[in-house]
Amino acid sequence: MSVRRLAANQPDSFAFSAESVEQAKGWIAKFPEGRQQSAVIPLLWLVQKQQGWVSEPSIRVVAETLGMPVIRVYEIATFYTMFMLEPVGSHALVQVCGTTPCMLRGANDLKAVCQRRFGDRDHLSADGKVTWQEVECLGACSNAPMAAINDYYYEDLTPETFEQILDEFIAGKPRAPGSAIGRQGSAPEGGPQVLSDPALYDGSAAKALKAIPNAEPKKRGKAKEAAQ
Amino acid sequence: MVGILEDKDRIFTNLYGLHDWGLEGAKRRGAWNGVRLILEQTPEWICDQVKASGLRGRGGAGFSTGLKWTFMPKAEGERPHYLVINADESEPGTCKDREILRNDPHLLIEGALIASYAIRAHTCYIYIRGEYVHERERLEAAIKQAYEARLIGKGNVHGWDFDLFVTHGGGAYICGDETALMESLEGKKGQPRLKPPFPAGAGIYGCPTTINNVESIAVVGTILRRGASWFSGFGRPNNTGTKLMAISGHVNRPCVVEETMSIPLKQLLEDHCGGIRGGWGNLKAVIPGGSSVRMIPAHEAETALMDFDSLSALKSGLGTAAVIVMDQSTDIVRAIARLSYFYKHESCGQCTPCREGTGWMWRVMERMATGEAEMKEIDMLLDVASQIEGHTICGLGDAAAWPIQGLFRHFRHEVEERITNYRAGKPHVQGASLQAAE
Repeated sequence: MSVRRLAANQPDSFAFSAESVEQAKGWIAKFPEGRQQSAVIPLLWLVQKQQGWVSEPSIRVVAETLGMPVIRVYEIATFYTMFMLEPVGSHALVQVCGTTPCMLRGANDLKAVCQRRFGDRDHLSADGKVTWQEVECLGACSNAPMAAINDYYYEDLTPETFEQILDEFIAGKPRAPGSAIGRQGSAPEGGPQVLSDPALYDGSAAKALKAIPNAEPKKRGKAKEAAQ
Repeated sequence: MVGILEDKDRIFTNLYGLHDWGLEGAKRRGAWNGVRLILEQTPEWICDQVKASGLRGRGGAGFSTGLKWTFMPKAEGERPHYLVINADESEPGTCKDREILRNDPHLLIEGALIASYAIRAHTCYIYIRGEYVHERERLEAAIKQAYEARLIGKGNVHGWDFDLFVTHGGGAYICGDETALMESLEGKKGQPRLKPPFPAGAGIYGCPTTINNVESIAVVGTILRRGASWFSGFGRPNNTGTKLMAISGHVNRPCVVEETMSIPLKQLLEDHCGGIRGGWGNLKAVIPGGSSVRMIPAHEAETALMDFDSLSALKSGLGTAAVIVMDQSTDIVRAIARLSYFYKHESCGQCTPCREGTGWMWRVMERMATGEAEMKEIDMLLDVASQIEGHTICGLGDAAAWPIQGLFRHFRHEVEERITNYRAGKPHVQGASLQAAE
């Protein structure tokens, strides 16, 4: 378990922006009537997008919006580790994946870069621009080592390229996310070795099928009735 | 040719994102073709075909997908049916669903419609892990396209009313467990539920629910288009089909690739990944199915096949077919200790053996990694691991124990050596380190 607490210093209030209110409505509408609690994680995420972190007043606002007891929202905010419970760096929230597949390919070196430049993890750097964390597997293992910076993935890093990317963020000119060595997605370095058959892409697969294998004779009407 | 599977038999033809992920591009590659014909068949026919194809769940457990669908009530009663797609891909080593979500989302949407029809559901939720922000945006855009083209939605061209919604998590590995996912989807902490009741009886909102992995759903359309026997023609009996495999760690060129089931592990690594860093002889061990399975040493990796039966015969497992490769330079004890930290961090805290045990095991593993531990603690650790295994509501306790058991099964001598070396030349204080373990 990870033990997480709300920050000691909290703002006085929180209010959703007009844009967030619209998005929140969209989320709530996805769930059946009376089940609006299901939208609690997306709503807390909206809070974090708007405010940068999740404050105590915002937890109350979310609880009120969804008709939930405050303690239930508090539980969610402290249980799910994506919710930042303290203010984060103004320019970059750097989340270095440290789990074994990334570790095998040099994640510890990336952590050392962060430690040297920004100090201890989970805290604002001295200039307030960066917060860095070590996080658990981010699910981009074939492109290890990697880090998520402000939500998006930067992959195939070395300490040098990682530092360049961090500099760009601090200068306010981040590059587009993706592989730092120009890999195409998760294809092997140097380009895909498969999926080269042109017949896959010439549109022949789109030719409407007349029948599907093993199909039983028509009984559309009956099937639908039975299923309804 | 590289590997065994030929290009013409690949399901995920845009795996690397070289082509258009959108509706037009996907249709050109064959997605949505014949879906109307498929939905003219009965739900039973679909379940039978999927059963006949031998498709086993791709999320790790390997349960027959078609059989799972038949557990749903035969007709919709007062409670609506739901399909939930588990896109909470968080198992260390696993990065396959991500490629489907961002590069071939229409195969998933098409599969969701077919599967929902097969289980008589009109609503489907895709629960995607919170960190996959880009993937979620891509998937939402693809769903919007499908709605606009009236492929899904109310009164769609296929004649089966169907709503598809994306929701997301908040960074908790445990939500990959199906019952924890349902809790999370209902807006609660992701703490697994006891089974029974099984999801097919009472799942989300107390309604009949089927939960499937992204890959299991995304392959269904192509299986039905090409026929069950086409799919079951790959791999060995009971281990059929094609499978996305993700390779990470010490290979020359890590990648994600679709291959036939039962491909020899060695061929997979040599053909698709350019071999082990420093040659096959430099291989130390492989974790073949994501962090939660036991590792196999190099000599077993030589002959292992990438399928359920071969790997479970080696006391490991296929899991998600996420291969983590470790060469001779690896500090293997440290690598497993890091996994122990992962499980300690991700335990939801509900069951005592797991909540307390994962932390305890991690602390001991850290000392094993430095050699600071006592020799007798090895057996104590294995004993504790076996006490956690099987004594928790969900599989996280098992998953935390297995990597450690795998380590000691094959590399116990290394840990012993390390402890001996650490002790050599140092004054020994009885019980000093045991205290630290508590």
